[in-house]
Amino acid sequence: MSELKQELKEKIIEQLNLEDVAIEEIKDTDPLFGEGLGLDSIDALELIVMLDKDYGIKLADPKEGKKIFESVETMAGYIAEHRSR
Amino acid sequence: MKKSVYINSVGSVSAQKTFDNSHFLEDIFNHNDTVLSIIAPDYREYIPPAAARRMAKGIKMSTVSAKTAMTEAALEENEIDAIIVGTGLGCIGDSEKFVIDIIDNDEQFLTPTRFIQSSHNTVAGQIALGMGCKGHNFTYVHSVISFESAVLDAKMQLENDEANHILVGGVDELVDHHVDTHRLIGHIKQEAVETMAVLSSGTQGAVFSEGAHFFVLSNEKRPSCYAELLAVETYNTLSQDEVSEKVALFLSKNKFTLDTVDVVILGNNGDVEFDGYYNELAKGIFKNTCQAYFKHLSGEFDTASGFGFWLANQILKHQYVPKAVRLNSVETTSPKTILIYNQYRGENHSLTLLRKC
Amino acid sequence: MNKGVAITGMGIISAIGNNVAENYASLISGKKGISKIFQIETVHKDEIMVGEISDTNPVLEKRLDVSENQWSRTVLIGCLAAEEALKNAVITKINDVRTGLISGTTVGGMDKSEQYFYDYFEHPEVRQHITGLHAGDSTKKIAKHLGLEESFVTTISTACSSAANAIMLGARMIKSGQLDRVIVGGTDCLSKFTINGFKTLLILSDTYSAPFDDNRKGLNLGEAAAFLVLESDEMVKKENKKVLAYVKGYGNANDAYHQTASSEHGDGAVLAMEKALKVAGMQSSDIDYVNAHGTATPNNDLSEGRALIRLFDEKVPEFSSTKAFTGHTLAAAGGVEAVYSVLALQNNIMFPNLNYKTQMKEFDLTPITQVTKKPLRNVLSNSFGFGGNCSTLIFSKEA
Repeated sequence: MSELKQELKEKIIEQLNLEDVAIEEIKDTDPLFGEGLGLDSIDALELIVMLDKDYGIKLADPKEGKKIFESVETMAGYIAEHRSR
Repeated sequence: MKKSVYINSVGSVSAQKTFDNSHFLEDIFNHNDTVLSIIAPDYREYIPPAAARRMAKGIKMSTVSAKTAMTEAALEENEIDAIIVGTGLGCIGDSEKFVIDIIDNDEQFLTPTRFIQSSHNTVAGQIALGMGCKGHNFTYVHSVISFESAVLDAKMQLENDEANHILVGGVDELVDHHVDTHRLIGHIKQEAVETMAVLSSGTQGAVFSEGAHFFVLSNEKRPSCYAELLAVETYNTLSQDEVSEKVALFLSKNKFTLDTVDVVILGNNGDVEFDGYYNELAKGIFKNTCQAYFKHLSGEFDTASGFGFWLANQILKHQYVPKAVRLNSVETTSPKTILIYNQYRGENHSLTLLRKC
Repeated sequence: MNKGVAITGMGIISAIGNNVAENYASLISGKKGISKIFQIETVHKDEIMVGEISDTNPVLEKRLDVSENQWSRTVLIGCLAAEEALKNAVITKINDVRTGLISGTTVGGMDKSEQYFYDYFEHPEVRQHITGLHAGDSTKKIAKHLGLEESFVTTISTACSSAANAIMLGARMIKSGQLDRVIVGGTDCLSKFTINGFKTLLILSDTYSAPFDDNRKGLNLGEAAAFLVLESDEMVKKENKKVLAYVKGYGNANDAYHQTASSEHGDGAVLAMEKALKVAGMQSSDIDYVNAHGTATPNNDLSEGRALIRLFDEKVPEFSSTKAFTGHTLAAAGGVEAVYSVLALQNNIMFPNLNYKTQMKEFDLTPITQVTKKPLRNVLSNSFGFGGNCSTLIFSKEA
């Protein structure tokens, strides 16, 4: 699980061009949206594509993403349970 | 009663070092190429990293250029009533990448950012978003009169007092596929040419480039004022035989004569096929007028005339015509009136008339 | 100041008809033009529904008498709609007075650019499409086809409000005396580019779009071209022109909220509508019918509905979105809906908001769902787009 979390942090930084953020700065339970990392709805769409492309998880409704993308921890939990690749 | 329109500030990012308004073409960057990239400022000085992370190059250039113009006009962001941008192709780099993603990934796993940046109005939209400007927001995308369309729209609003301060700009990016394909059809020169030798290249096609030029236009004169905008007109077609007549008519409509134009700025780009339009004026009605050109410095792009507009404003403010842009040896001591004429490949002609303020 | 600008001609081609008469017939018989996509090869063809113009490119080329595969579909449909508008306005000599052309487009020649993106290098025979990537190239070709010379010709691209803004600019130029006559509107064909683009935003419906319905799932993309001819009062008087209606009000504002989404309470939309009323010299109570933007995305309809409630102070007049008929035709939408607004005024008829079943939870607004007769004086039409762009036009019977 901690490997997956590390992988997710790397991917989030790369995919969302968060050049000024270091991996260590993202805590597992930090909120990704709003106050925490400050991601927005376009980032959410980018993350949905990442779930599909890298883990074979298709989310049809962007609203589902809200809970999944709360933090790296919730993301990792959801991916571990639903991944098909 | 129509109000007068003033250009109160300028901002430029171009293939020359123009992003700093404290200099006016003192050092010319000599390129020797068929395509010229901009001389980029340090974007971090202008844009916080969090805001820059999704910005296309065109948006970054525009942000710098717009900020420069806003700072110089000394206006608060909330004093801007409208934002009007001209762009031939918008953030074409992202459009290209999105098309490549569609084709190469067979329409799978596409992400929205590139698509969003592809919308031609993304520059005007993002500047408005950044400034919180809820006013009139337009984007013109008509080849080499994209910028002039924006100027014309702003002028109409300011004259009619529908707005007091408008941020007007033009921006275009230089990107690979666009360059490669335009080489195929001979719109870009085959052989590299040095900056000061562009006009004498004797070859077909132009040297392509990119840039962003923003200006604050107002219906009141501010301390930073560069010039008064008297008139702008565009024509979709015009034959070479008619260009002199059209210029004379344009001037007379605005109560000017050929003799009262102190400097004429021409959009020659060294394409032997189409420079004839400019030569017609240079060797004809403006033979005895001080002539200037700029595309050897800026390169050719859809909103290159933004550089021409910038040049005209700088000449009127500094009251001299830099050597690097002089096309003939006719002197002018205190330039008051400048006419800009531009066209590209014989189409989309524009005439812009400015006066010292 | 509050005087309207005369509309003397209009033309349209959309998924529900090849001309104004066919569009009107479809509108009053509830015949929608939404189906599975058949002219574009896309992997998404089973997941989406679109409003496609029935004629293929070769058929359109034949109608225009132009050679094969020289133009983007955006140009082909644009020429047809603009031709119809000129004919309707009985204009034979286009260059006899100061005539302009202002067209709105988002994709321009993208249909060809995406098709030949890699082919250009090996196949010289398709290189005519290279310059077609310029959005303005479509307008240039329409101007040439119409024979317009030495004139003001420009292109506006403000996403889905482009044609509405083209109409607005045209009206302003007539009012300020810069032009005597202007052809205004927009054109956009379907392309893989827009299908995939909207798909990434997860706002495409897999079934018929249902504007303002609580269970709406997103939009259907469409393709169309629509143009109006606007003329100055002097022209109308001089040539004793029949006036179809007037562009009475216009307003443009920016939501300045988000790159693609509308603000929660429709601030930009309210501003645009307020400006339009001010230009028209009207109160909100003067509006008899609203042709809403109503794309059927969760975000737009909520934001627009709230904006309507704010503007009309709870007394929202009859309204409907016609996008369930045509699909969302992007840059052309404002032109298409301008034509429909004029048709509404001419016939005193309001068009149904198809596929509506359940009221939205957030407010008490119900669009009209049947063809409804009512004496109409003023119709308000909204068009909103990416980049926060909000535009409103008001069309009236009286100047």
